Amino acid sequence: MAAEPLIRLRGVTKTFGSGAGAFQALRGVDLDIEAGEFVAVMGPSGSGKSTMMNILGCLDTPTSGEYLFQGFHVERLDGDERALLRRRYLGFVFQGFNLLARTSALENVELPLLYRGEPPRARREAALAALAQVGLAEWWDHTPAELSGGQQQRVAIARAIVTMPRVLFADEPTGNLDTARSIEIMELLRGFNARGITILMVTHEAEMAAYARSVVHIRDGVVASVERRDP
Amino acid sequence: MSALGPTLALAFREIRRHLLRSFLTVLGIVIGVAAVVTMVTLGNGATAAVQEQISGLGANLLQVRPGQGFGRGGGGPAPPDFQMDDVEAIRTQVAGVVAVVPVAQSSGTVVRNAANWSTTITGTTAEYFTAQQWTLATGRVFTPAEEQAGKAVCVIGSTVQQNLFRTEDPLGERFRIRDVSCEVIGTLVTRGQGTFGQSQDDVVLMPIKTVQRRFTGNRNLRIITVQVDPAYDTVTVTASIQALLRERRNISGARQDDFNIFDTAQISQTLQGTTRILTALLGAVAAVSLLVGGIGIMNIMLVSVTERTREIGIRLAIGAVGREVLQQFLVEAIVLSCLGGLVGLALAFVASWALAPVLNVPFMFDPRINVIAFLFSALIGVVFGYFPARRAAALNPIEALRHE
Ligand SMILES: Nc1ncnc2c1ncn2[C@@H]1O[C@H](COP(=O)(O)OP(=O)(O)OP(=O)(O)O)[C@@H](O)[C@H]1O
Ligand SMILES: [Mg+2]
Repeated sequence: MAAEPLIRLRGVTKTFGSGAGAFQALRGVDLDIEAGEFVAVMGPSGSGKSTMMNILGCLDTPTSGEYLFQGFHVERLDGDERALLRRRYLGFVFQGFNLLARTSALENVELPLLYRGEPPRARREAALAALAQVGLAEWWDHTPAELSGGQQQRVAIARAIVTMPRVLFADEPTGNLDTARSIEIMELLRGFNARGITILMVTHEAEMAAYARSVVHIRDGVVASVERRDP
Repeated sequence: MSALGPTLALAFREIRRHLLRSFLTVLGIVIGVAAVVTMVTLGNGATAAVQEQISGLGANLLQVRPGQGFGRGGGGPAPPDFQMDDVEAIRTQVAGVVAVVPVAQSSGTVVRNAANWSTTITGTTAEYFTAQQWTLATGRVFTPAEEQAGKAVCVIGSTVQQNLFRTEDPLGERFRIRDVSCEVIGTLVTRGQGTFGQSQDDVVLMPIKTVQRRFTGNRNLRIITVQVDPAYDTVTVTASIQALLRERRNISGARQDDFNIFDTAQISQTLQGTTRILTALLGAVAAVSLLVGGIGIMNIMLVSVTERTREIGIRLAIGAVGREVLQQFLVEAIVLSCLGGLVGLALAFVASWALAPVLNVPFMFDPRINVIAFLFSALIGVVFGYFPARRAAALNPIEALRHE
């Protein structure tokens, strides 16, 4: 038996609502992800990809089943402990950006560092460096309303990687972008992966999934298949 | 992040980022605090003004006059005036009196060179000045020898002084009242209007014998002023004097008094009570406006938290703990309401300072009401900022983000 994987899901279910209106979005997911992987998650709309990503990103809790992160039982943690786990190890890029409105790109990227208690100077330097990595160094003082969709997505990525997380979760990071912009984003992610960040990415497009080294297919709330490619 | 510094900075940034919302939040508190503090400050000024006028009546004084109450009621013969032996009787037989001062009054025109002025001539003793708490600006009061001899010496109020002497020094000068030449031996400090609007400066005071002999032509007394020992209750002293005078004037059984005793302590208590009630009433009205301001803050906080639930979700998602988000909202609320409180206090200061002269009351800064109003506004901020924010911070990040 190999060493404990970075992430392990065992029999994870998620039910929304209760009684007659209850809906089971995840019906027993088993999944192992090793450190350093670049995983694409694919599946039809409504199959439970975002639901699974939210649970993996410690933003939501499973209804039943086990979630082990570095061997720790995440499902046994309370809200504050999950928040500390997110702060320390995880980065999340949302399907809809979720940047703070009326707040500059720089301040948005600084935010996770603020909650980590970094001093202002260090915050600013790290945030500027992260913006530079996503190619937005000159746009640091623009608010989301003054940025294009692709630029906003890159600010969101900068915010997710500024803390150098162990794992980066990206829920359809290219969903709203044209092919050229999408490829830029994929190149960025590949770069971060090369520097040791484990990446889980939801996508509908085979072209983007091609950047990943393994593809997890989700269907009706369960893992249908895992396809590994050798580089 | 648990340190206050960054939270405070964050709060200020959020306030600046949403200026209109912040302004509206603060407005209610500003109006409430300003209203309460202004009203109470002006109310205190009014109370002080009334108190000052009351002190013009003299402390613990009873004024005994012939007749029933104000203005002689009923027909029939006028009740007799008092005599000096009534004064003696009160002095010797009533417990708790410090001084019993006879007063005879006449009106007359005072003349000096081309100037003349018609005024009230009051005949009394030197004790009158202490009983009424009238202080001299210059000169002296009558000596016992002058009182005994019925000398034509007088102490004048500032109105008479101005009309007869203008800017000259009146001490040692003479003027005429009817055919009597009278020497000025003292002048009174200006007192302004009395409680009932009469001028207290339009007076000429002379020894009682002088007034009786030269002007009234009899030995009658219009008023007996009794100064009561502060250790005694004016009500019991009044009752003793009433019993004594009824006996002396042969009023028995159910027959009504043919004299009245006017208790200044009673009057001043009544007046003070009235102004206190008015101040409390104003304060209550103002407190309601503070409360309304508070409800306004609560509303805006509630709306703002709902509106900001997505923001809360984002902060939680990138690693903020519920407590930190709550702390941020709380600090924001406190900063806003303290800001509102301070602006309200400043506004109240300016308003009451400007209004006091218009309303003819002194400006009296009252630190207590300022502190109370300020703390209350801070409390409103804490309470109304805390509860909606707590609800939002307890959400899980996904629920908060999904919120529209
Ligand atoms: N909060 C919720 N309450 C009720 N049902 C929900 C909730 N969140 C998701 N669902 C349901 O769970 C199922 C899975 O949703 P999920 O968002 O995971 O799908 P998805 O695979 O990400 O789809 P897409 O590709 O369209 O983003 C859907 O049928 C959705 O309606
Ligand atoms: Mg989805």
